[in-house]
Amino acid sequence: MITKLKSYLNKTENAAPLAIFRVFFGLMMCLSILRFWYHGWIEKLYIDPDFHFKYYYFEWVRSLGDYNYLLFFICGISALFIAFGLKYRLAIILFFLSFTYIELIDKTTYLNHYYFISVLSFLMIFLPANATFSIDNLRRKKSFNQIPNWTIDSIKLLLGIVYFYAGISKINSDWLFSAMPLKIWLPSKYDLPIIGNNLMQQDWFHYAMSWSGMFYDLFIPFLLLNKRTRTFAFVLVVFFHVFTRILFPIGMFPYIMIVATLIFFDARVHEKIIATMKCLLKPFRRNISTPKAQDIYPFSRRKILLPIIAIFFVFQILFPFRYLRYENELFWTEEGYRLSWRVMLMEKAGLTTFKIANSKTGQYFYADNTDFLTAFQEKQMSCQPDFILEYAHYLGDHFTAKGHKNLQVYAESYVALNGRLSTQYIDPTVDLYQEKESFKPKNWILPFKDDIKGF
Amino acid sequence: MKKIVLSLFAIAMFVTCTESDDIGESVGTSDDFNRQAMLTNWADNIIIPAIQDLSLDLETLSTDKDAFLAAPNQATLDAVRVSWLEAYKTWQYVEMFNIGKAEELNYAFQMNIYPTNSSDIKSNITSGTYDLASVNNNDAVGFPAVDYMLYALSNSDTEILEIYTSASNFDAYKTYLSDLVNQMQSLTTTVLNDWTSNYRTIFVNSTANTATSSANKLTNDFIFYYEKGLRANKFGIPAGVFSTTPFNDKVEAFYNKEVSKVLALTALEATQDFFNGKSYNSLATGESFNSYLTYLNTIRQGEDLSALINNQFNTAESKIKLLSNSFSLQVDTENIKMLEAYDELQRAVVLLKVDMIQAMNISIDYVDADGD
Repeated sequence: MITKLKSYLNKTENAAPLAIFRVFFGLMMCLSILRFWYHGWIEKLYIDPDFHFKYYYFEWVRSLGDYNYLLFFICGISALFIAFGLKYRLAIILFFLSFTYIELIDKTTYLNHYYFISVLSFLMIFLPANATFSIDNLRRKKSFNQIPNWTIDSIKLLLGIVYFYAGISKINSDWLFSAMPLKIWLPSKYDLPIIGNNLMQQDWFHYAMSWSGMFYDLFIPFLLLNKRTRTFAFVLVVFFHVFTRILFPIGMFPYIMIVATLIFFDARVHEKIIATMKCLLKPFRRNISTPKAQDIYPFSRRKILLPIIAIFFVFQILFPFRYLRYENELFWTEEGYRLSWRVMLMEKAGLTTFKIANSKTGQYFYADNTDFLTAFQEKQMSCQPDFILEYAHYLGDHFTAKGHKNLQVYAESYVALNGRLSTQYIDPTVDLYQEKESFKPKNWILPFKDDIKGF
Repeated sequence: MKKIVLSLFAIAMFVTCTESDDIGESVGTSDDFNRQAMLTNWADNIIIPAIQDLSLDLETLSTDKDAFLAAPNQATLDAVRVSWLEAYKTWQYVEMFNIGKAEELNYAFQMNIYPTNSSDIKSNITSGTYDLASVNNNDAVGFPAVDYMLYALSNSDTEILEIYTSASNFDAYKTYLSDLVNQMQSLTTTVLNDWTSNYRTIFVNSTANTATSSANKLTNDFIFYYEKGLRANKFGIPAGVFSTTPFNDKVEAFYNKEVSKVLALTALEATQDFFNGKSYNSLATGESFNSYLTYLNTIRQGEDLSALINNQFNTAESKIKLLSNSFSLQVDTENIKMLEAYDELQRAVVLLKVDMIQAMNISIDYVDADGD
């Protein structure tokens, strides 16, 4: 076993796939940052709001105000450096830090996709993605044709985990036996040409999409791994992501995934891509001498590196299952829901208002959420318990500072999940100002009055 | 097998057609719910007739105002007051349609911001130079300002009439009252003309499901109005729901003292009628939120949301009927009943804002960012 592992770790492979992955990753990230900037979202999401919802343990992360633009600038430039393979190690570290910092500013904007980018860029810090086809080669006058197998496999594994776990989470009674939430989402796409008015309204179609979505997520990693099904799988990948892009507002992510799955193809494909790119770059390369090709990329600190990668993957595999520690319905309480590749899995909406009371006099009034939160923040806050608690404390602190005494904060919260009628969500008799955030079950969430079976 | 072929065809269509933001009129009619019919019903049977009626009411108000200003006496004053109330009731059917020209002009802000600011009104009268359309004058114009001019310039009707006849600057008072009514009339004419000449066509043809399409915008307007204009302004704020103490002076038609309940009931009826697609001028009903939810429920097989919402409106109505004609008085004497009415209205907000919006999959207060 150990010898097998040792020989696997020593196996090497053509460096081209990782280089191409690096190029596309960098370009896509740079584009994403530009798009974000262009839409005015930096201002809207990170500068305008007076208050930001924090991740537990990351309360110290602050919005940098107008300097957020600098943060995005660093992030975008480092993405470009990654694409060029210029000062790659520094660039990917800067990218990981700046991107992750941005995401940590406000969990209102949390998307699995963003988490994926953070995780992937962290992994890429340890990979020799600049071994070949990079400016670093030219500067060093050395390029490496071969890199260890595991470096490419680790990206395949991460992609595989993302898909497979997304598939597992779809194995639940709402998704498979009620076709929820697709039954809500698809009929509202009545304005799509040709199919909007018929197919999108059909019961069987909602089920077909639910089931095929689950099978796609579960099996696509394996279909991509298998040489004989790879091309077919890639066609599926393209179709699936273009399809979801048409149906849902998911920004750049589909394109990122399509490009990422190219890594499953063997090196010949990537060498062809490199050749094409070199051809396009020809006018700029006249005076550049080709770097001396060396064989195997030498890892200097393998002893530290491999355990880091191993721990990283153990974490990735176990962390999404942390929800098993909680008894209540996962979709309802969302304890252990985020950071687990539960993508487009439920339709949840709520309305939550806060009663600010004086425990001595019994007097109370309701806070106006629009005084404190943006529409987007209010929407996210209304149906997620950790947001509700954090905001209750914010309101408590705010009104205490204004001179209110003996302050209590109660939530009146109604939430609807996957088309079920809305029901009261938070125990209205619990003073949230006295409750503390923790990983313990939140017993002030009222129980879910139904049963969703499965993962 | 047929379904597989059809699915593959759909797949082919998806791949070939590119994403589009506003496709406009939908193709084909195999979908059982006709959204354009809903928009047409809203425009032709509800919105335009209501604004037309308001326009007529304001014309009457204007005529009566002219008669009053020509000969201020108890009879002409009473006549203006009657036509003011009639127009104010009709206004309750119009306020929620903050779309098109109304949105552009901030129509509702120029028609019904209360409490009105009496010192602003007085200083306008004294200075004699004012721009009634200015944002700064939003609380010195519209129905609430007329309310003040007709009921609160002094302690008795005799004294009020004196202000319009023998006070030192009685002409300035006359001019201000006249300008107020004329401004309301001209705004309404502008909004109405835009609907009939131009906006109606745009409105009924914008059938896509995007942030800027008619149904989505009007749904947002409707819920916003119900939550803010009806629930908060008419009940919550005076009852002290959002403050440590109640405010008896923040009710609608504060100076008249007798009609805040009738206006609120009219507004609730207007809301419910719109929800059910009931024509403004008759008992006929057409496509509406009600029928749309019923259609969606045939797909979803969930709770009968339309019935739940109608029941909740009815419960709220019965609670409001228990209140005094003057909400000021109600707040002062037995505020708990005011709060109970508020609570029932709030229950409908949950049904509208959470359940109805979820069923229709319309984004509320459109959030312009990526989803998962």
